[in-house]
Amino acid sequence: MRQQDFEATHQQEWRALRDLLDDLDRASFKRKLSKEDHARLPRLYRDACNHYALARGRHYSPQLSEQLHNLITRGHRRLYQRRGGASWRLIHFVVADFPCTLRQHAGYFWLALALFLIPALTLGTLSYQDPEMIYSVMADEQVAQMESMYDPANRTPGRSPSRSSETNFYMFGFYIKNNIGIGFRTFAGGILGGIGTLFFLIFNGLVLGSVSGHLTQLGYSETFWTFVSGHGSFELTAIVICGAAGLMLGHAVIAPGRLTRTEALKGQASIALKLVMGAAVMLLAAAFVEAFWSSMRLDAMIKYLVAGFLWLLVIAHLTLGGRAS
Amino acid sequence: MNRLDTARSYETPEGILLELKTAGPVARACAWAIDALIRSGLYIAIALTLAWFGGLGFGVMLIFFFLIEWFYPVIFEVRNGGMTPGKKMMGVQVVHDDGTPVSWPSSIVRNLVRAADFLPLLYGFGLVAMLVNKDFKRLGDLAAGTLVIYREKGVQRDPPPPATPVQPPADLGVDDQETLLDFAERSSHLSRERNEELATILSDLTGARGEVGVARLHGYANWLAGRRSEA
Repeated sequence: MRQQDFEATHQQEWRALRDLLDDLDRASFKRKLSKEDHARLPRLYRDACNHYALARGRHYSPQLSEQLHNLITRGHRRLYQRRGGASWRLIHFVVADFPCTLRQHAGYFWLALALFLIPALTLGTLSYQDPEMIYSVMADEQVAQMESMYDPANRTPGRSPSRSSETNFYMFGFYIKNNIGIGFRTFAGGILGGIGTLFFLIFNGLVLGSVSGHLTQLGYSETFWTFVSGHGSFELTAIVICGAAGLMLGHAVIAPGRLTRTEALKGQASIALKLVMGAAVMLLAAAFVEAFWSSMRLDAMIKYLVAGFLWLLVIAHLTLGGRAS
Repeated sequence: MNRLDTARSYETPEGILLELKTAGPVARACAWAIDALIRSGLYIAIALTLAWFGGLGFGVMLIFFFLIEWFYPVIFEVRNGGMTPGKKMMGVQVVHDDGTPVSWPSSIVRNLVRAADFLPLLYGFGLVAMLVNKDFKRLGDLAAGTLVIYREKGVQRDPPPPATPVQPPADLGVDDQETLLDFAERSSHLSRERNEELATILSDLTGARGEVGVARLHGYANWLAGRRSEA
């Protein structure tokens, strides 16, 4: 068959396919064609694939081939587009899917926890014993600022005196931007063979450890521990989970096993993403607690009780969430 | 088309090879720069509006900043056919490795890992990654299994200009026939001089030069396309 006859024979089908694809590109309420028309997509698309192969094989003009190629590219995109999995529905995800995924990959979590906790405990002990120790981790001004934040004379603990007048909501926004950003970076750093994640975990461990040790040794323990114990439940756990997600990426890059590196990375990244998103929700909760609860001046006993409750909540959620009853 | 070195092909379940033309660092950097401008415009607009509302306003502002910093590309890529405004202006789009539209999880992964691509400064690692793999993927694309490709342009096709169909010499190969058809369909977009210049190259085939040569090539093309009767 010659090109002209070929085009004349199939023109109608190509136009039908093009109209159908145009219609599907519109927002659903603006569509003009019916469901029955849409059901013709696979048929029309496969015919067009066939015609494209014929046009190539019979050496029709390259422009005709390109026209058909564009048509089937659009058809392929429409027909084979991925649909969101059921597991991405928010509540189900937070309550069940996220803790299940974490437990399935608990090894990464324990490793990340160790990477965070060992430097924190080491520096914490050292800073508690030696008041000069903290200056090897932080700059002088930072130490001075941090000391003033937790000075029992400060009316709003956890905030520097210059910030104390700012509303809780401002701090809420600040904690969201800052802390979730740290979580995301801890994850992203994993793709550099895990080095970025290692850096963030160890660095945060060193800083938090030395600050806690230093302030306790100064006798500021009540202002400090009543402030951090509540939101720490969500925040520290979430940062460690982001670290675990980063380590998964790093593992795929360093030791892909039987897969190619890119395949291993793709597989691990889609699992790790669940951990990061779950951790982001936890960091959101942490920002809320830190902004509106932690800064309240209440009896230390109440603060510790609530903190204990929050820690239990986090642990119960991660260990029990999503288990079949 | 298939000889372009930046093209990558994907075989569909129907056994068709789809050509995906991957976009290189320059086009993508331009798209990023346009987006960066739009983003800074957004930052300024939000800051100016919300500054009126004191502490509450600053809190909301920081939340918006956070969302724009991490999710501006995600929203556009998923809701707008793989294109942020910058990508749209540069004519590129994000798709999965198999050419299908980018989904929420993939888009989120590629944009979170952007933080690592950006290191040590201004997309240093991202650029190195793009240059060492054949699909110009940055680290985020590797992790998410995505590609940045040129959007296909609409093809403007005109039938070969009408001419009396002439049977071409019998020893014309299929590739040559294809080239003749291609020439005839493009010739209405070329200047008269260029048409004649191209036809003169084929004077061995047609035995004519210039305008006569063009007419004869059109005649062959009409015959190859299947016309037999007089124009």
